[in-house]
Amino acid sequence: MSAPATASAARPASRSRLRDGALLALVLGAAILWFAPAGMGRYGTYVLSLWLVMSIAVMGLNLTLGYAGQTSLAQAAFMGLGAYATAILTTTYGVNWYAAFALSGLLTFCIGILLGFPALRVRTHYLAFVTLAFSTLIWLLLRNEQWLTGGVFGIANIKRPVFFGLRLDGALAFHRFLVAVTLILALALWWLVRSPWGRAFMALRENPVRAASLGVDTRAYTLLAFAIGSAYGGFAGALYAPLVEFIDPSPFSLSQSLFLLLMVVAGGSGYLLGPFIGALLGVVLPEWLRFAGSLYLIIFASIVLMLLIICPQGVSGLAERGWQALRRGRPAGGAP
Amino acid sequence: MSPVLEVHELHKAFGGIKAVNGVSFSVREGEILGIIGPNGCGKSTLFNCILGQLEPTQGSVKLDGRDVTNLRPSALNRLGVSRTFQLLQVFPELSVRENLILAGQEHQGSMLGRLFGARDAGLSEKAEQMIGFFKLGHLTDAKAGGLSYGQQKLLDAAMAFMAGPRLVLLDEPAGGVNLTMLGDLKERLRAINAEQGATFVVIEHNMDFVMSLCSRVIVLAEGRMLAEGTPAEVRANPAVIEAYLGH
Repeated sequence: MSAPATASAARPASRSRLRDGALLALVLGAAILWFAPAGMGRYGTYVLSLWLVMSIAVMGLNLTLGYAGQTSLAQAAFMGLGAYATAILTTTYGVNWYAAFALSGLLTFCIGILLGFPALRVRTHYLAFVTLAFSTLIWLLLRNEQWLTGGVFGIANIKRPVFFGLRLDGALAFHRFLVAVTLILALALWWLVRSPWGRAFMALRENPVRAASLGVDTRAYTLLAFAIGSAYGGFAGALYAPLVEFIDPSPFSLSQSLFLLLMVVAGGSGYLLGPFIGALLGVVLPEWLRFAGSLYLIIFASIVLMLLIICPQGVSGLAERGWQALRRGRPAGGAP
Repeated sequence: MSPVLEVHELHKAFGGIKAVNGVSFSVREGEILGIIGPNGCGKSTLFNCILGQLEPTQGSVKLDGRDVTNLRPSALNRLGVSRTFQLLQVFPELSVRENLILAGQEHQGSMLGRLFGARDAGLSEKAEQMIGFFKLGHLTDAKAGGLSYGQQKLLDAAMAFMAGPRLVLLDEPAGGVNLTMLGDLKERLRAINAEQGATFVVIEHNMDFVMSLCSRVIVLAEGRMLAEGTPAEVRANPAVIEAYLGH
C-alpha cells in the first residue's frame, strides 16, 4: 500500500464534526438575531426577517437537493402554495394562523408526495422536469384564478399571528417570533439529517443502486426527502404571508425557484448552515449592493460565479477547506 | 432439504441479443458456488436478473422455495439476500463506520422507528466488529472515498455481510485486489461460511481464487451453461478448456 493513499484515507471525515459545530452555530446565531435588530429600524428588521423566511425555504431545498440529490425547480411554487393557503385561510375563513401554518405544511407535503411519484419511474432529471411544469402551473393558477387568489391584485391585509395573547404586529416582535420558528425548524432538520433517515438520504444521493441492494427502500426515501423539502417551502410561505402582509404571484415564479436553487448551491449544498449563507447572499447582499444601482445583478452574478469556480461546494465548502488547511498547518502532534 | 436459491430456465434478451439463455441451477444451504466464464458470457446479467435489478425475459427465481422473481432489490435484501458489485460501490462521502451502519439499518425495526430511534440504529458495536474482522480498524472514521482500491473492496464485502445475510452473491470480489489482501478476503469468506453457515455464489475471473474457494463450479458460455462440477472436474472438462481455460 502506498504511503500517500494511507495518509489521505486516515483523514477523518471532518464533516460530522462540522455538523456538531453547526448546532452550536444555530443556537448562537438565534441568540444574536434575537437582539440584532436593535437600532436597525423597521426596514432593516424586515430584511433580516425576510432572510430567515428565505432560509427556511432554502433549508427544505437543501434537504431535497443537497442531502438526497433530487433536483426540484418548484421550491418557490411550494412557498407560494403555503403563502396563499395561509393568506386565504386566515383572511377569508378566519382560521387561526398556527392551524393555517400546519395545514400549509401538510398540503405541500402531500403535493410533494404526489409529484414525486412520476419521478420514481426514471432518473433524477425527470423530477426536475415535473417540478418545472408544476412551477408554471402554480404560477398560472395564482395569477388567473381571481375568485380564489385575487389574481394580479393579490391578497392584502394578512394578519400576523398572536403568541399566547402577545400581539406580533410590531416589526421587532414578529422578527423574534421568526427567529424562534426558524430555530425550531432548523433543529428539526438537524435531527433529521443525523438520524438513520439522513444517512439513507445521503446514500440515495451517492449511489441509489447500491443503497437498494442494502435494503434501502429508495422509493420511500426519495418521496420523503422531496415531500419534507417541499413542506419546508410551505412553512416558509406560511411565514412570508404575514411578514409582508400582502402577497401577489410575482415572488413565486419559476425564476424565483431557480434563484432558491442558486442559494442552495452558493451556500453549500449538503451543509446544515449552507442555506443561511445562501439566503444571506440572495436576500441581504442585494441590499448592500444598492449603491451600485442597476449594476447590482451583474455584481451579484459575478460573485456567485467566482465562488462556484473557486469552490463548487459553496461558501460552506470553502470554510471547510480553510479549516482543514489550518489543521494541516499545525504540527501533527496526535498523528500516529 | 430444499435449496436456498433455485434458478429455473432464466432468459434475458436485450433486443436480439440473448445475454442469458435458459440457465437453471440451485444452491444448497452453506454451499460456495462459483460461476466462471469468458467476458460477456452473461454472468453479471444473470446476477442482476436474480437480484431484481433487471427483469428476466422468462424464467423464475426461488428463495427457500418462495418465488422472488422480479422482487425489488431492497425487498430481496431484507429477505436476507446480499450482494457485492463488480465495480466499486461504497458511499464515498460517508465514513467507513457510516457505510457499515447504513448497510444494516434498514433491517432494524420500522421506518418511523428509525426516525426517532438511536442515531446509529444500535449498530455501532456490530460495525466495529465488522471493521475489526475485515482489518479496517485504523480507518473507522475515514471517508470511504479516500480509501485505497483494495480497502474499498474489503469495505464493500463487509457491507454485504453487515446484516447477517443467508445468501451473498459476490461479483468479482478478487478483481483488482493485491495478493495479500486476496488471501485475507478468502480467509474471511471461508470463516463467515463456516461460522455463520452463509451461502455464497461467486462470479470470478481469478481461477486460483475460485478453484480454492468453491466446492462446486458452473461454467457459462454465450449465456448457456457449458459445464458443472467440482473444481477438478471442471478443470478437466474438454469443452471448458476450449471455451475458456485454453485461451
